[in-house]
Amino acid sequence: MQTAGSDNKTTSKPHWVNAEITYQCPLHCVFCYNPVDYAKYGPELTTDEWLRVFREARELGAVQLGLSGGEPLQRKDVEVLVAETTKMGYYVNLITSGIGLTEKRIAAFKEGGLGQIQLSFQDSTREMNDFLSSTRTFDLKSKVAKLIKQYEYPMVLNVVLHRLNIDHIGQILEMAEAMGAEHVELANTQFYAWAFENRKHLMPSREQLERAERITNEFRDRVGNKMKVYFVVPDYYADRPKACMNGWGAVFLNVTADGMALPCHEARMLPLEFPNVRDHDVRWIWEESPGFNAYRGDDWMQEPCRTCPEKTKDFGGCRCQAFMLTGDATNADPVCDKAPAHHLITEQVALAQKPQPPASEVKQVILFRDDKNSRKLATRDSTTPIS
Amino acid sequence: MSESVGDAIAEEAVIELHKQFRLQWEQAQDCFVLLYPEGMIKLPGSSGEIMKRIDGKSRVSEIIADLEATFPGADLRQDVIDFLEAAHANGWIRQQDH
Ligand code: SF4
Ligand code: SF4
Repeated sequence: MQTAGSDNKTTSKPHWVNAEITYQCPLHCVFCYNPVDYAKYGPELTTDEWLRVFREARELGAVQLGLSGGEPLQRKDVEVLVAETTKMGYYVNLITSGIGLTEKRIAAFKEGGLGQIQLSFQDSTREMNDFLSSTRTFDLKSKVAKLIKQYEYPMVLNVVLHRLNIDHIGQILEMAEAMGAEHVELANTQFYAWAFENRKHLMPSREQLERAERITNEFRDRVGNKMKVYFVVPDYYADRPKACMNGWGAVFLNVTADGMALPCHEARMLPLEFPNVRDHDVRWIWEESPGFNAYRGDDWMQEPCRTCPEKTKDFGGCRCQAFMLTGDATNADPVCDKAPAHHLITEQVALAQKPQPPASEVKQVILFRDDKNSRKLATRDSTTPIS
Repeated sequence: MSESVGDAIAEEAVIELHKQFRLQWEQAQDCFVLLYPEGMIKLPGSSGEIMKRIDGKSRVSEIIADLEATFPGADLRQDVIDFLEAAHANGWIRQQDH
């Protein structure tokens, strides 16, 4: 850790601010990226508190703002937040499941200057969609997609893929085309939070992935330029670790519903003290707080990262993944084949090649994201790494 | 995107920003920037001067004339056209329908 006043003081800026304005959500996605113990965290920031945080981050040079959650539309003040932050000079992105997006609200967002809406979609077939989000939402999302077009927003669809839905990729792409989607991100689940708990049910096999990529490529060839399709493999299958968030505390500032400031979505799980925006201003948080300085630069690295030529490219991978899998966040990300703990990844990948029970059976045992499960997980002893 | 990218820009064309893009002066960068979903393009110097004149009403020829009036003595025509063609190929701007 750097001492205050060291000459390593950051020159980076929080270019992108993501505000998880609420942990409330009517859906129960089995891959949800919110902390598994979200139910135990204190009251949400008020409208005024959010606006102060956004103003302070803007003064540091932040330009992109994500409003996410939970489901951000659970809050009544999204209209105010959109209009005020647009006036501050932000480009505002709303990341929503679409639940609660009425015509009245979208008209107000447009009026307030909202830049774009990203709509998440769990799957294309109604049954699967209802299972994966555990409520009846498919019809509603189709309606929301129409509203988004009607208000002249580009149709940006995010679909989370995993073992239980990846074989529907063809239908998913057809649905996206029918809705007039312009950007489609097919992102395989990354294994954090709820997805980590459900890992053995959600990890696709290599064969599934290869088939999905092949179908995606055929689809790209057919539709050409009118639709941009991104396919993100689970990093357990990637050959190199990802340069997470462009480096720790380099461009990204995440603020949770209850005001905790984090360098990434998942960092709350780490055994570090992170500051709360209720107690500190954003400048101190970004420049001075021990949490944001913990893994800046490379002083904190151990071997093999310390002497590795790739460290300037990938910064040793993801700190949260290193912590989740090895119990020490300063280890190399086990995704890296030079990491001593790499076998923890290859073992999981090997397991995923074996036959697994069908979706109907998985449904009985898989962990849905809801308050009851969250309270249960919150009481678990967090000092032992989960395996 | 309905039109094909990389077309030549005609001097009589009226151009505008693509609807997902927003141009603003950014103090922290000390230059104009173009904002779009999840991204930002810095437009230092002349690129900012050109982009800020794109208002959905002016013709390319008028933009060139205005720049030449602001920076007298320079023959900017080809530089401006080259920049606009690159901007068009990048999808930042579009030619208006008549
Ligand atoms: S991933 Fe699903 S459950 Fe989690 S916040 Fe998003 S919509 Fe809600
Ligand atoms: S050893 Fe560390 S720095 Fe080198 S490639 Fe692996 S994770 Fe990256």
